[in-house]
Amino acid sequence: MKKTKTTVAFTGTDEQRKKLEAIITEFKDAPGAIMPILQKAQDVYGYLPIEVQQIISDGTGISMSEIYGIVSFYSQFILQPKGEIAVSVCMGTACYVKGAGDILDRISAIIGVKAGETSDDGKYSLDATRCIGACGLAPVFLVNEDVHGRIEKAEDVDDILKKYMDTKV
Amino acid sequence: MKNINELTAIRDEMKNLINIRTGDADAANGEQHVLICGGTGCHSSGCNAVLAKLEESLKAHGLEDKIKTIVTGCHGLCALGPLIITHPDEVFYELVEPDDIEEIVTEHLIGGRPVLRKVYHEAIVDEKLISFHDTDFFKYQHKISLRNCGIIDPECIEEYIARDGYMALANTLVTLSPNDIIEKVNASGIRGRGGGGFGTGKKWAYAAAMESDKKYVVCNADEGDPGAFMDRSILEGDPHSVIEAMAIAGYAINADEGYVYVRAEYPIAVNRFEIALKQAREFGLLGTDIFGTGFNFDIHIRLGAGAFVCGEETALLKSIEGHRGEPRPRPPFPAVKGLFGKPTILNNVETFACIPPIILNGPEWFNNMGTENSKGTKVFALGGNIKNIGLVEVPMGTTLRTVVEKIGGGIPNGKTFKAAQTGGPSGGCIPASLIDTPIDFDNLVEIGSMMGSGGMIVMDEDTCMVDIARYYLDFTVEETCGKCTPCRIGTQRMLEILDKITEGRGEPGDLEKLDELGEHIKSSSLCGLGQTAPNPILSTIKYFRSEYEAHINERKCEAGVCKALFQFIINEKCIGCTICKRACPTDAIEGEVKKPHLIIQDKCVKCGICYDKCKFNAIDRR
Repeated sequence: MKKTKTTVAFTGTDEQRKKLEAIITEFKDAPGAIMPILQKAQDVYGYLPIEVQQIISDGTGISMSEIYGIVSFYSQFILQPKGEIAVSVCMGTACYVKGAGDILDRISAIIGVKAGETSDDGKYSLDATRCIGACGLAPVFLVNEDVHGRIEKAEDVDDILKKYMDTKV
Repeated sequence: MKNINELTAIRDEMKNLINIRTGDADAANGEQHVLICGGTGCHSSGCNAVLAKLEESLKAHGLEDKIKTIVTGCHGLCALGPLIITHPDEVFYELVEPDDIEEIVTEHLIGGRPVLRKVYHEAIVDEKLISFHDTDFFKYQHKISLRNCGIIDPECIEEYIARDGYMALANTLVTLSPNDIIEKVNASGIRGRGGGGFGTGKKWAYAAAMESDKKYVVCNADEGDPGAFMDRSILEGDPHSVIEAMAIAGYAINADEGYVYVRAEYPIAVNRFEIALKQAREFGLLGTDIFGTGFNFDIHIRLGAGAFVCGEETALLKSIEGHRGEPRPRPPFPAVKGLFGKPTILNNVETFACIPPIILNGPEWFNNMGTENSKGTKVFALGGNIKNIGLVEVPMGTTLRTVVEKIGGGIPNGKTFKAAQTGGPSGGCIPASLIDTPIDFDNLVEIGSMMGSGGMIVMDEDTCMVDIARYYLDFTVEETCGKCTPCRIGTQRMLEILDKITEGRGEPGDLEKLDELGEHIKSSSLCGLGQTAPNPILSTIKYFRSEYEAHINERKCEAGVCKALFQFIINEKCIGCTICKRACPTDAIEGEVKKPHLIIQDKCVKCGICYDKCKFNAIDRR
């Protein structure tokens, strides 16, 4: 199962909590408010651990089971923090027919993390994402916010990744 | 904005500015416009750096007042970005790098001599420059829903108004009754562009007939089909057309509130749409008492959260309401009982974008295009193994051959066309033998595929159809919401059979099982996701049965994709150059210099690097 409970200790700050409480106050009376609240909470914390869900439950009166049901349903909501170097490989059809599978395997071998996982030290995470819509540049992968496209051969990822690994490690 | 005269005044004032970009050299009066595509494709390939350089260069030459730079939406040729188009002389530059800018500014914009080495390569014929409108990619297209994409600045409402924007809304509110609108939409014959192809006018009529204190208009922009990006391009390039159409729909069914449900993965689209909403409110085109007619309408944005099933209408409504996006049985249809239990119409982005021109030009204009039961045009996102990857809009009934060979420019690297996949995970694969099929809603269903939202992935001879079927099913298994059994468990069982076949463990009878199971899933699933999920498998079994049989009976994958079914073997042509040995990531190749090498199959991971690197054709894949 991909949606495992996080094992990384929760390190939320008071400042983050205040932000979240302000978000809850702003949205809680709007119809269907829970989705925007969860999305904004994830912007604040980077992920939605049980502690954050509890704050939202307390603030909105929506039960924990319902919140967890929603969080675990949508793939955008994550229960584990992303790595400092977050790699996602687009697995849309246009990328897939141009070799995205090989690129995913290669990156996984280099950073030592399987798709959908974060490394124990929190440095790397790897995702096989849905189509990001940059089909013109297929195959495409992202490192944090940077888009790397037109990857001709899987081995071309080595140099690209190396740059990030050198600067961050 | 109090009345239609104010709108007309803005339009007339801005008209000249826009005409410069539609080939009217007289309108230019010495002025030049440089359009730079700011769609997601070009964004990813670095248009911001090009724009910064362009502005810097124009400033350095003191031209920032004379030459206007405009960031537009998508032009369609996403693979060749960043793109720049100059007006009024209509020169189209491809793959522009920041380093090319200085030359383009000094040689072309100042000197009047286009920089031929960077001009779109199809626009140079016999060393002469032709207008990009006359190239194969553009000349077979007819743009209705993409009419403003790549021409206007999507963040400038005046430019939209200059292209007759909000004129349809003004006419609607001032001169037409809700019934007139529904009749016009009905008479145009437009069918929903999001997947099913249900008559838009009919849908509106059902919702209009409902008595209720509250109704909603919802725009489905949860474009989840992998490889489809037309909705994103419209939201990015022409957001006001959707706002205008939603307000028209609101008037037609007597709704005062709308929601746009858009994928969170589309940040540029969300941002531009938010800007457009703000401008429309400032201009009084959304809000209360629009055009002084007493009509109220406003729109909210809701972000999706990465669930493919939310493209299904009842699931989408559930998600807006703040629940898990699980579909429910229909009837009642949303037109009767929709968002928050109220009558609701749901249309796709592309459908909405067609509405304002239908109102302005009349239903006959739209109805005259297309085939008997599929009117107007359709946008396709061309992708995969094809030269001109990008977004194209063609009249319904255009043949697949025209789209692939003419507009798409054919298959690159001298390979041959094997199949086109339409409709994403719900669609099927169309084989080369059916390439002359005119594309419309009904023809596609007849040959076992569907229109879907308009993704079109072209596949060449190196694509294994069994693997592609497995890929789509893998997607469905991941995205099934789990509510109904046929979809949740049935697709899983189909995937297991396909895994077996691609891993070389297929057995006689597997294909019959897939056929039977597929038919059951189609007939008994709750929603469109499950009802169409078997299509990729059933259509490939139908058209590429021999390929499945080769996998099962001979343990062979002709395309060389299924790794369990082939090996790399060094043949007698090997001269011992050691290139492959050095390139092998797993040290699976042994051999001394100038002596034939050998691949140790136990260590080989079949990455194919040796095969690509060998200059002597000394490695066979079999």
